[in-house]
Amino acid sequence: MSPLIEARGLVRVYQVRRGLFGRPIPVRAVDGVSLTVMPGETLGIVGESGSGKSTLGRMLLGVDDAQEGEVLFEGRPMPAMNTAEWRALRAKMQLVYQDPLAALDRRLTIAVQIGEPLEIHDLLPKEQRASHVAELMAAVGLRSDQADRYPHELSGGQRQRAVIARALASRPRLLVCDEPVSALDVSIQAQVVNMMRDLQEEHRIAMVFISHDLKVVRNIADRVAVMYLGRIVEEASSDVLFKAPQHPYTQALVSSVPVPGQLLEGRVILQGEPPNPANRPAGCAFHPRCPIARDICRSAVPQLRRISEGRAAACHVVAGEPVQAEA
Amino acid sequence: MDKNSAAGSRLVELRDLRVAFDGVQVLHGINLDVAKGEALGLVGESGCGKSVTWLAALGLLPGKAMVSGSVKLDGQELAGGPRSVLESVRGGRIAMIFQDPSSSLNPVLRIGRQIVEALAVHRSLRGEAARAEALRLLDMVGIPDARRRFDLYPHEFSGGQCQRLMIAMALAGEPDLLVADEPTTALDATIQAQILDLLIRLRKETGMATVFISHDLGAVSQVCERVCVMYAGRIVEEGSVADLFAAPRHPYTRGLFDAIPRLDGGRERLIPIPGTVPNPKHLPKGCSFSPRCPRAEDGCREARPPLLALDNGRKLACFNPVPPVAKTAVRIVEEALA
Ligand SMILES: Nc1ncnc2c1ncn2[C@@H]1O[C@H](COP(=O)(O)OP(=O)(O)OP(=O)(O)O)[C@@H](O)[C@H]1O
Ligand SMILES: Nc1ncnc2c1ncn2[C@@H]1O[C@H](COP(=O)(O)OP(=O)(O)OP(=O)(O)O)[C@@H](O)[C@H]1O
Ligand code: SF4
Ligand SMILES: [Mg+2]
Ligand SMILES: [Mg+2]
Repeated sequence: MSPLIEARGLVRVYQVRRGLFGRPIPVRAVDGVSLTVMPGETLGIVGESGSGKSTLGRMLLGVDDAQEGEVLFEGRPMPAMNTAEWRALRAKMQLVYQDPLAALDRRLTIAVQIGEPLEIHDLLPKEQRASHVAELMAAVGLRSDQADRYPHELSGGQRQRAVIARALASRPRLLVCDEPVSALDVSIQAQVVNMMRDLQEEHRIAMVFISHDLKVVRNIADRVAVMYLGRIVEEASSDVLFKAPQHPYTQALVSSVPVPGQLLEGRVILQGEPPNPANRPAGCAFHPRCPIARDICRSAVPQLRRISEGRAAACHVVAGEPVQAEA
Repeated sequence: MDKNSAAGSRLVELRDLRVAFDGVQVLHGINLDVAKGEALGLVGESGCGKSVTWLAALGLLPGKAMVSGSVKLDGQELAGGPRSVLESVRGGRIAMIFQDPSSSLNPVLRIGRQIVEALAVHRSLRGEAARAEALRLLDMVGIPDARRRFDLYPHEFSGGQCQRLMIAMALAGEPDLLVADEPTTALDATIQAQILDLLIRLRKETGMATVFISHDLGAVSQVCERVCVMYAGRIVEEGSVADLFAAPRHPYTRGLFDAIPRLDGGRERLIPIPGTVPNPKHLPKGCSFSPRCPRAEDGCREARPPLLALDNGRKLACFNPVPPVAKTAVRIVEEALA
């Protein structure tokens, strides 16, 4: 089977000004990321705030430009943004992000908004659109009497359902979800996560699921990529990544998740702050916070290497043959 | 330190605290004690009244809020008293920190100066003494290189550091109680763990009581000894963290536990609580949770269950509670599959 979407060496550089009059400095928000997502697969992306997760998500959809690297969709290079080919492809790839209220137009009823992609991409004969919208609403668990409601007349969870229904309207092959349940209460979050899993299995949609909530990612993702300062530092199946994290950053991340009824004592608490992306540490970007850093970590950038079947890490100590040879 | 059970060790007592906005009641009579030095957690979903409880107690709600009930600090009534009493208590004996540090740090003042000012107001420290104490506080909350960063502005610190600065400001008044309202929600997981660790350490070192408001049951169980679960403006269950986490009795509490995905679990389906939180304007008749409750009986839809005391200092408001030793649904599913 070939990947539905593939990213090769993606780089995104933002020019960021410090202060009002500072001269712009380049920030490599995404710094050489490669990944693949198979049809029907869910790839979870986790990592520190500012590590480039959202930027990567936007680049996969072609709504943010890459300075280097390329994205292939169904084996073909992504057409340039805002071209006719790109617009046609966009129907197959949809974005769902955290704030449903910002994603919805407060002057339009949700049924109208769920049907919008059908109109924009001219996907169904007019007379079939209403029934398709009704099906979508049922699929995400909205009641038919809610069709004529406006966004502010729905709860947060219901609004996010509406956003997801709209994303599904064009029968996409890929959903990029950026913190889709982070603003929801746990009880509602569980409803939406279950719904997304059902829809995905039923329609074999591939999903890139970006979230800082490791517990949710654990539950929804087949495979997980961990980002730190613009790079993937570990990648593995969800089953093994959370059970036996290898990269020291992943270990700290997994260990920092509060588990009900389990005391803080004995857990690894990572010291220090995430580094400033405008001032990336030399060598391994994680070395100033890393409990097992060695000399080589301060000078050489560790590459993402396969450490076992289906599993890769970017760490000299965990994955580096050179270090092992030395030791 | 005093034992929590003794009545004399009560630091704060809330009695029948009620709040309404524009004629809609959102807090329906909260009774709550905080003992000296204890760490109390307040959990519940968005809008259940966690923040309003403490904003009301400290007189921080906007003028349009109708507040009634009693708030006592060491037996002294604060509610309805002169403004000056409340103002000296606030930031002094009781300090509050919020989810969003930018709402409480002044963006145009250097942080050293902000802390020095707080020390002047609450402890009448000036000059070198104030500066030295401010540096000690910054050190205590783990701001690295505090001396050099004394004259920086809030935007020159990261989110986690701003939260530490907030905590340092709160400590300036040597409070007997620190109310921390979702202090880690906006932070990264690794930074969140640092702040929780800091709160635990500060309580050990200073002996101040902590009220920790959060919707994260995991975080609460790490910081707190006792926990109150709120639903739709009322406390529905209360108990020690150990007891309540081992055997939640209220169907809502139990539902919250079951809805959280487990990091150490497999990819089993989540168990949501059906429906949504009720609109405070149209609370259901009887038990507010009854429309979503899997254990609801006819009586639950008629009368409201009162919050009654059980053993071990536990309290519960439910007509048909989860049996004390019932397993969580996740475990039942797991065993069925095994
Ligand atoms: N439009 C932009 N202009 C300049 N810099 C940007 C822009 N968007 C993002 N950045 C910077 O790029 C880096 C990565 O940001 P991004 O939003 O992708 O991170 P993230 O991992 O999604 O973080 P979070 O978990 O906080 O959402 C950050 O340093 C951010 O400040
Ligand atoms: N200033 C206000 N004006 C009107 N209504 C308010 C105001 N502040 C709070 N409320 C209402 O009071 C109720 C309780 O709100 P509160 O902020 O205490 O919830 P919470 O439990 O802290 O929720 P969250 O977890 O979202 O912070 C909600 O219904 C809210 O809409
Ligand atoms: S009182 Fe009844 S409806 Fe309310 S929580 Fe208990 S069983 Fe459920
Ligand atoms: Mg983001
Ligand atoms: Mg609140």
